[in-house]
Amino acid sequence: MSEKRNLTAGRRKFLQDGAALGGAAALTGLVPSIALAQGAGKIKVGLMLPYTGTFAQLGLGITNAFKLAIEENGGKLGGRDIEYVTLDDESDPAKGADNANRLVNRDKVDVLVGTVHSGVQMGMVKIAKESGVLHIIPNAGVHAATEQLCAPNIFRTSFANGQPAYPMGKVAIDKGIKNVVTLAWKYGAGEESVAGFKDNFTKNGGKIVKELWLPFPNVEFQALLTEIAALKPEGVYVFFAGGGAAKFLRDWQAAGLKGKIPLLGAGFLTDGVLEAVGTAAEGLETTLHYGDGIDTPRNKAFRLAFAKAYKMQPDVYAVQGYDAALLLVAGMKAVKGDIGKKKEIIAAMEKAEIDSPRGKWRMSAAHNPIQDIYLRRVVGTENKVIGVAQRALDYPPASMCKMPR
Amino acid sequence: MDFGTFLIQLLNGVQYGLLLFLVASGLTLVFGIMGVINIAHGSFYMVGAYLAWSLSERFGNLWAAILVGVVLSVLLGMFLEWLLIKRLYARDHLYQVLLTYGLILVFEELRSLVWGDDVHGVQVPAILEGSIPLTENLAYPVVRLWISAVCIALAIGMYLLIQRTRIGMMIRAGASNREMVQSLGFNIQLVYRIVFALGIALTAFAGMIAAPVSSVFPGMGNHVLIICFVVVVIGGIGSVKGAMVAAILIGLVDTFGKVVHVEIAGVKLLPELAGMTVYLLMAAVLLWRPEGIFGKRL
Repeated sequence: MSEKRNLTAGRRKFLQDGAALGGAAALTGLVPSIALAQGAGKIKVGLMLPYTGTFAQLGLGITNAFKLAIEENGGKLGGRDIEYVTLDDESDPAKGADNANRLVNRDKVDVLVGTVHSGVQMGMVKIAKESGVLHIIPNAGVHAATEQLCAPNIFRTSFANGQPAYPMGKVAIDKGIKNVVTLAWKYGAGEESVAGFKDNFTKNGGKIVKELWLPFPNVEFQALLTEIAALKPEGVYVFFAGGGAAKFLRDWQAAGLKGKIPLLGAGFLTDGVLEAVGTAAEGLETTLHYGDGIDTPRNKAFRLAFAKAYKMQPDVYAVQGYDAALLLVAGMKAVKGDIGKKKEIIAAMEKAEIDSPRGKWRMSAAHNPIQDIYLRRVVGTENKVIGVAQRALDYPPASMCKMPR
Repeated sequence: MDFGTFLIQLLNGVQYGLLLFLVASGLTLVFGIMGVINIAHGSFYMVGAYLAWSLSERFGNLWAAILVGVVLSVLLGMFLEWLLIKRLYARDHLYQVLLTYGLILVFEELRSLVWGDDVHGVQVPAILEGSIPLTENLAYPVVRLWISAVCIALAIGMYLLIQRTRIGMMIRAGASNREMVQSLGFNIQLVYRIVFALGIALTAFAGMIAAPVSSVFPGMGNHVLIICFVVVVIGGIGSVKGAMVAAILIGLVDTFGKVVHVEIAGVKLLPELAGMTVYLLMAAVLLWRPEGIFGKRL
């Protein structure tokens, strides 16, 4: 009995503490509004990105590069100071819309930037459409954002999931590969990536022998490797990323399939995992909108500045974050910082030519980059660019978007 | 599927099952025998994998890393039991869930601070490198066979420890009536501390052994957590034998669920629903025997 009484007492204490904490949170909630009063005239940029969890590194790279680009442009947007409001989205799709709503309606950001995870992105796009806030996507490749759900105020500076995959279809044909098995996680990004590859591959006379799927984020590949060995295709197109990609590449090598059946993939297969996979990826060719050793003064200057500022090497995600800021700078410049002139800002962003480390690019009519996709080969721990797989690619075609005007 | 491929898939299934047993073995002890719901099970698996990676980078040798890593995890287990877990035995399961859920967040944050958020690989020891050719283009990596051997040895060891030794007898007695064992003059607190530490060490050990084939990455523990509970529940709470049978069963169902084609009345069931097969198996087993295959009758 006494044990029980103690428990309830403990619970009450906990609730009181919780209330106290809530009070403190309410107080801190006041702080931004005070800051707002003081900082009238500042442009509020909301950065909603993953700062914890699996994608924390990506969120950090995007944020760092975004701020670097702003600094390089005088630290201002159209002559006005900037105030950042950052929010950790935890890559949790369940909280996507709520978090975006908080930034837009409570913190009253002028620009909403984010995010990495496609599921969270869907929530953000919903809020962006409802509120009309200027929205820039620095990574998530979910097609809907620039397809069915496209809107004048929504821009993407990264890629659509099928975009880096599409040129690989032609690369495979040019290598004489005519029948292919596909293998990917069965979720949005995996399905859109495979569809992009398949589109171009079959258009050029290739044949998909079989589509193999793995529930996301399952990494037990052995059964499917056995099936692939029995099917003996001329090539295998795969979509995995991060830890799953590292494990897949090692399993592929351990199963003795490396060197016997060529692997084809969009660049996510080999980005950020090369330290982890040893020799398992050596010689592998992938397609992506960025890579190592792009020999232009623009890229070199960016890499040097980034490394100097943050003591780390930039990756493709950093480039996307950097370009998100460049796009915003172009838009705000056109209206001299008058955030009220949304139509003019959007028109300027649509027309802007982004001088990106990856190469110059423009927005498609659907607000997705029309960009060069590079062919890269793994050499040691680098994804060396060895050529351009396809120039100025607009995929999925901008005509898929019926832009509401 | 020809017969050769079928045999290889059988091997894949058994091998995956053994790996599952290894990963779930720590949970069998802590949840199955002590009755503590340890949601942070996956975190200890992750800690083990990261220990294997960071220590083997330091020592240049996986064996030394495993040795030191196991000692460290035993100490970690005893510390946590002393600091937190011992306060929960008398309490409701909900408190255990809350506390160990908190541990997940703590370990995830510590991992980020100490080891960062990158993906890492652990070098396969030279003696285990290489593969055995099975068909003209498929080979079986030696390291996977080695992992299977370790799992079998571990299963036998656990079975003997719990069923045939004095301490095993105390553990089982403590599991069924804690107060009685205590009043008979045994130091049940010490027994529980040892069992918990052993469970944590086993889980971390699983992470270390699996690290060379699974690679090491943030959140890797969450991938294994649910399947581990499925293993223990299907096998029957408190039964090492049950966990073994359940793990192999799951390994086979999962493997064949991915590659067998089943179509009923034009509706494709497999492999489209491969993600569900394991849970359907669990539902079926629990309908048939609510206490699990080898669990005591409720």
